[in-house]
Amino acid sequence: MNGTLNIWLIPLLPFAGFLLNGILGSRLPKWLVTTVALLAPLAAFSVVLNAALRALLPMLMDPTGINNLPSVVNLPYTETCPIPWINIGALHIDFCFVLDQLSLIMLLVVTGVGFLIHIYSVGYMSHEDGYARYFSFLNLFLFFMTLLVLAGNALLMFVGWEGVGLASYLLIGFYFQKDSAANAGKKAFIVNRIGDFGFLIGIFLLLANFGTLTFSEIAAKLAASPAWQGGVLTVIALCLLMGATGKSAQLPLYIWLPDAMEGPTPVSALIHAATMVTAGVYMIARTHVLFNHAPFALGVVAIVGAATALFAATIGLVQNDIKRVLAYSTISQLGYMFLGCGVAAYSAAIFHLVTHAFFKALLFLAAGSVIHAIGGEQDLRKMGGLRKHLPVTFWTMTAAVFAIAGFPPLSAFFSKDAILYAAYLQGPGGRALWFVGLVTALLTSLYMFRLWYLTFMGESRSSEIHPHESPWSMLGPLVILALLSVGGGWIGAGEGLGRFGTFLSPSVGIGAAESTTPHLELILSFAAVAVAFLGWFLADRLYRQKPAQPAEMAEALPGAYKLLANKYYVDEIYSATVVKPLLGFSKYVLGWLVDIGLIGGLAWLLGGIALFTGAILQRWQSGNLRSYAAWLAAGAAAVLLFVMVPWTSVWPDSMQLILKVTGR
Amino acid sequence: MNLFSQEIPLAWYLLLSAALFSLGVLGFLIKRNLITVFMSIELMLNAVNLSFVTFAHQWHAVKGQIFVFFVMMVAAAEAAVGLAIIIAVFRARATLAVDRIDLMKL
Repeated sequence: MNGTLNIWLIPLLPFAGFLLNGILGSRLPKWLVTTVALLAPLAAFSVVLNAALRALLPMLMDPTGINNLPSVVNLPYTETCPIPWINIGALHIDFCFVLDQLSLIMLLVVTGVGFLIHIYSVGYMSHEDGYARYFSFLNLFLFFMTLLVLAGNALLMFVGWEGVGLASYLLIGFYFQKDSAANAGKKAFIVNRIGDFGFLIGIFLLLANFGTLTFSEIAAKLAASPAWQGGVLTVIALCLLMGATGKSAQLPLYIWLPDAMEGPTPVSALIHAATMVTAGVYMIARTHVLFNHAPFALGVVAIVGAATALFAATIGLVQNDIKRVLAYSTISQLGYMFLGCGVAAYSAAIFHLVTHAFFKALLFLAAGSVIHAIGGEQDLRKMGGLRKHLPVTFWTMTAAVFAIAGFPPLSAFFSKDAILYAAYLQGPGGRALWFVGLVTALLTSLYMFRLWYLTFMGESRSSEIHPHESPWSMLGPLVILALLSVGGGWIGAGEGLGRFGTFLSPSVGIGAAESTTPHLELILSFAAVAVAFLGWFLADRLYRQKPAQPAEMAEALPGAYKLLANKYYVDEIYSATVVKPLLGFSKYVLGWLVDIGLIGGLAWLLGGIALFTGAILQRWQSGNLRSYAAWLAAGAAAVLLFVMVPWTSVWPDSMQLILKVTGR
Repeated sequence: MNLFSQEIPLAWYLLLSAALFSLGVLGFLIKRNLITVFMSIELMLNAVNLSFVTFAHQWHAVKGQIFVFFVMMVAAAEAAVGLAIIIAVFRARATLAVDRIDLMKL
């Protein structure tokens, strides 16, 4: 290892941007706010890029003589600055950043896509109040996200984990004067807190069982005892999974993500699609050694992922808000990543994470461009025919739609395929998961093309809309992301995810076992492409050729339609089973009984005693000088009496008692 | 027998002191005029002074004498303050009857 990469700069630069814009932003001119806000992620991205290039040199160039190059960095790379953080007894936790293949890929996505979305935001937010506030929060998010990714131990990761939750809360509730936005922020925060509880318990259990929280040490201890399977490891893994389901919006804690769409659209793209929600996947990949030793927990991960993928995709079919369709799509795609993790194909899951960051950020940004163009309208039923007015948005969105639907050779084709293939290899249970994934792929294609047709095709369904193409600060990121969505899949093309898999394998291990059937992967790919075409075909029939048919179908199956349109009534079920009882318990038991009854009652009792004795003692305070004097004299007489009377001879026992009590 | 050649026993002084003190207390309690009440306080102080001197003489300790000076000094200061208060009260209320100066309560 030669030289230093200064990876500590990666989180610190956005943090400086946050401080500058957060403290001085309202007093600075707008161009300066923009400059600061853009420079911070750009600088962080350059540091990451420098690290990436130096780490990738051995892969890019001919191996002979490469090790003599002074600039090559060997991963995992730890900056030699272990600043002690917590040092109590046997517990030692350092501020330690670790750069390995996994965190490098995540950092490239986070800072790269993050920078693009910062640029986009300049155009999108130009007319909004709280411009500086918005960018300071966005920079704060990048700080915590990079902290989360770089963290070398679970506790530091938890700090970033909580921090991105905070940034997410602040940005969802950015339009805090709107009640729904404020409530959505709270909902996201509280639901995440449930998951964080699991994560925290997991950390405690890690500490109790391993005596350390450093990921590499945990991995080393597990590697030293390969026979250690299940048991407490399963419990830890399930606790971590609980944290992951909260952050990554999986069943049963996904409910906050659709509501999080109340935030500005670039925020939805950055935090609630591309980066933050993938933190759960990242965390599972980071602790994959643990999960590998807990097969049961891995199975749960896979089932949760597959179930979420299918579940969210069905809801996405009937949503009418363009951003909510994308939100459910995000949940569904995250389900794929969990499925990938669950079948121990971590490389495939991370690969899908990367491609998803490209195409889902693009989808959100394009949707934002559409919303921006037609004056804040988000209802798909009021759009239509926008293709002519928004050509750049249309073409970039088209790239994203085809990518997410899984058409070759676009990005999601490779990554989704890799996950489904890995699932298929996991025996009969894996085939069931594969089938669920395939059905989800069909639904994905269907709802994405539905959105595409309803937004861009046909005739405009609203007369008040006067669309105009967005400024280039918004279209530029769209074009770049479109190129990445189209071509990004090639990094992982080929046997064992190609170069991507080779690069990542030191971090997360080699993927699932190789297939015994030749051409199996090819057959599965054909199946996936076939369902993608089928979804397109169905959407084309339903939303272009016979636009009346979806409504007829909804009428023919009112029960099913209502179930989907109301999102399986999950919010209502949670409200009835958890929220309402909890609120009732808080209000009646804690509020009335404990707070008003017990605590308030005690306070009243004490006050009452004071009042009562005061009312009696008040009579002494007559204000009459001579009565005071009389009491004084009486008191003096009493003291004299007490001193002079030989108590011991009068009442010997009582005097003994008094002496004992007064301690004389 | 010379009445004066003989030393007067300690008890007499103390009895006189106690009698003076009791008179002071009594006057304080029963008199209505504020100035009389004030004079009763002075009487009590002087009764105490007498017993201080007595004991100082008895035990040949100079401390008691010093205390007397302190008490007299404080009594002088107190007389100045007290009389000033009395004048102020009289100006405000046009009375010196203790029973009618009873605003010192809630």
